[in-house]
Amino acid sequence: MENFDFTNIQNIIYMFSAMLFITGIKMLGKESTAQKGNFISATGMLLAISATAINIVNPLIALVAILLGGIIGAIISVKVKMTSIPEMVALFNGFGGLATFLIAWSQMNNLVNDIAILQFVLVVITIYIGGVTFSGSLVAFGKLSGRINVNKGDVLANIFVSLFYLSLIAVPVTLITLSIYIETYQLIFYMFLAIVILGGIGFVLPIGGGDMPVVISLLNSFSGIAAAFAGLLLVNNVLIVAGSLVGASGLILTIIMAKAMNRTIGNILFVGYASSNSSSSKDEGEVKPINAEDAYLILENSSSVLIVPGYGMAVAQAQHVVRELGELLEENGAEVKYGIHPVAGRMPGHMNVLLAEANVSYDLLVEPDDVNPTMEVFDVAIVIGANDVVNPSATEEPGSPIYGMPIIEVHKAKTVFVLKRSMSSGFAGVQNPLFFKENTRMLFGDAKDSISNLVSEFKEL
Amino acid sequence: MEVYVLLGFVLILSIYLGLELISKVPSTLHTPLMSGANAISGIALVGALTLSMDTHLQVILAFLAIFFATINVFGGYLVTNRMLKMFKKK
Repeated sequence: MENFDFTNIQNIIYMFSAMLFITGIKMLGKESTAQKGNFISATGMLLAISATAINIVNPLIALVAILLGGIIGAIISVKVKMTSIPEMVALFNGFGGLATFLIAWSQMNNLVNDIAILQFVLVVITIYIGGVTFSGSLVAFGKLSGRINVNKGDVLANIFVSLFYLSLIAVPVTLITLSIYIETYQLIFYMFLAIVILGGIGFVLPIGGGDMPVVISLLNSFSGIAAAFAGLLLVNNVLIVAGSLVGASGLILTIIMAKAMNRTIGNILFVGYASSNSSSSKDEGEVKPINAEDAYLILENSSSVLIVPGYGMAVAQAQHVVRELGELLEENGAEVKYGIHPVAGRMPGHMNVLLAEANVSYDLLVEPDDVNPTMEVFDVAIVIGANDVVNPSATEEPGSPIYGMPIIEVHKAKTVFVLKRSMSSGFAGVQNPLFFKENTRMLFGDAKDSISNLVSEFKEL
Repeated sequence: MEVYVLLGFVLILSIYLGLELISKVPSTLHTPLMSGANAISGIALVGALTLSMDTHLQVILAFLAIFFATINVFGGYLVTNRMLKMFKKK
């Protein structure tokens, strides 16, 4: 041990932070331990960063960058509204991807003098995954926050989709050309950087709102994989372990989301729903509107009520009045449950976050599999801005584009209230026979207003 | 080359571990899990801190990489914590 080596100490500390990450992410998967798990994982991060900081090229620059980034990150996290969580997660995710993109770019400059083919391949792959994560997440951020309004089939979307396919081809092309013309690498390399960023835009741009839960979790997975590849590139174990854990967890979430829609990941990313308006041409009967007073009278006599929220509740920011209505129903002697579909909303668990913000106890939340077998006992099911996740076509109509998707079978409840702005179809573009069922009543209007009216009806007595 | 075989070994084992670790998560926790995992992907910060800064370009790249990874780390952990605080049982 004559030559005191920081790297050994660092690697030992990295091992401990890897253990903390593993423990932390495991604890994040259980309600009772989740908050502690997040804290443990943050401790692992602090440990890894401190271990790295003892041996650093330019401490001043690093310190300034960390201070700036830390302050901005902290401010955003405190200021952000809970209804904006999906786009915030997308934004942070994009920044992680950008960091790995920049890391690989910087490493490219080291490689030119001393070319090793494997490292070269790693640089190109890391740049690709990191870059696509970055620009794809920014587009997801823009779509979720309503800043970008481009849909599948638009000219702009088509152009960028072509660029995405071009970026896929660019990976092997860049590798081959660069290994031949390494002296003039810069032009080719910069072109590659540009096409990767544009390709990432094309990857997410055509994907519609209802498929966002899948995209967000997939991008989350990518950011982890990018970090793991950066770890291979930099020969750094903790990057590999932490990155792989994130990559794996994101992948699992992606699969859960795709299953909840009964679709493959490839179908969601590259095909989308077939526009089949023809299948809904049968006789649909009439919708039966209802007003708040009549709805109140039915609710007042109900002993069990199921509330099924969807993206419409998030848009109307109605979660607080929904909780209020739930409490009033409970005071009135009714049993109240909340039926949560895994892909309701715009990210995995979106409804859970909103209801938690409104202080709804999470043991009142039930998943489709738990509630469907006993649906008949509910006097009323209140559907708040949800559409495709309660569409009976998924179980009754084999020709429907969403046939086979697990739904919350509210149509089997004794009475169904559907709160909706208009008769437009849901994200999938499929007409919803639920609206025309014998036991369905439509309560038209903004979800928040409609619920507020019901709440005031209850309070008037 | 040897070192990459070893690193590849770590990579595959970690992915496998990750898949095993989170195969069953209640849907209540999908968002916090995603956001917490997102914070962990800010580990890129460790990589950014080890970058060499020999040229002006490299100084700029390192600065930006550290800056953005730090936003990811701080923002990710704090938002996750804020969310989990709301998930208290009544």
